[in-house]
Amino acid sequence: MIPLAAYVAVSAILFITGLLGVLIRRNFIIVLMSVEIMLNAANINLVAFSHYLESMAGQLVALFVIAIAAGEAAVGLAIIIVVFRGKLSTNVDELNLLKW
Amino acid sequence: MIALFFAYFALVSIAAGVMTVALKNPVHCGLALLAVLLHVSGLFILLNAEFLWAVQVVVYAGAILVLYLFVLMLLNLKTDERYFHSSYLYYLGPAGIGSLYVLYLLVKSPYAGAKGTAPAVAVLQEGDTAAVGIKMFSDYLLQFEIVGVFLLGAIIGAIVLAKSPKPLEGGKD
Repeated sequence: MIPLAAYVAVSAILFITGLLGVLIRRNFIIVLMSVEIMLNAANINLVAFSHYLESMAGQLVALFVIAIAAGEAAVGLAIIIVVFRGKLSTNVDELNLLKW
Repeated sequence: MIALFFAYFALVSIAAGVMTVALKNPVHCGLALLAVLLHVSGLFILLNAEFLWAVQVVVYAGAILVLYLFVLMLLNLKTDERYFHSSYLYYLGPAGIGSLYVLYLLVKSPYAGAKGTAPAVAVLQEGDTAAVGIKMFSDYLLQFEIVGVFLLGAIIGAIVLAKSPKPLEGGKD
């Protein structure tokens, strides 16, 4: 039997990896991919606790997280395409139009 | 045996996650993300969540990742010389401290709580899909509807954003 702490540890490591990716990568698409890694880490946590605490709620919330990730990917990639059309770049440190 | 599978899925998903963040070519990053998603779905199987496994493979690996790769191919990005953010070294320190804090919390946590009403044996009798369906269409119906409206809004938003800014030629209005 795998202890719950092992799943939580995997989830924490994946989450920190994704967080680092969001913070240090320049490419906007890779930043969005790192967000997906973070959402997956949260899903592991939800499903693991759902299994070990014998409740279905975690799995349902994980399903909603997947649905929201789909919406986030669609809108985020549309924004990337619009920005790329105007600026021919997807690097986050060059996109400072809204900065004052 | 289960421990072996768990070790495989956990180690490969972490390694592929690191590769997603660290590789240079964006397409390679996308393929590493595919490995992450598939191995995380393997972890779901080990936790008796077959329905979530199927959703993960179909929606994440099948739809979302294809969308990412589609946009990558569409934009045809070149690999940059400097692919990290210019001030990324400043983030490494806080990230290290944050990781240590998270590990401290992990070690300290009791991992106990009130048990719910769905023990694994009862769920496995009818199957995970039936249990998820019954719960979703009774207790979580409102949330289900909200997610439906959210997805509709996301579709409309994506179409409006990505539409060509110039009007098509030959149109009267």
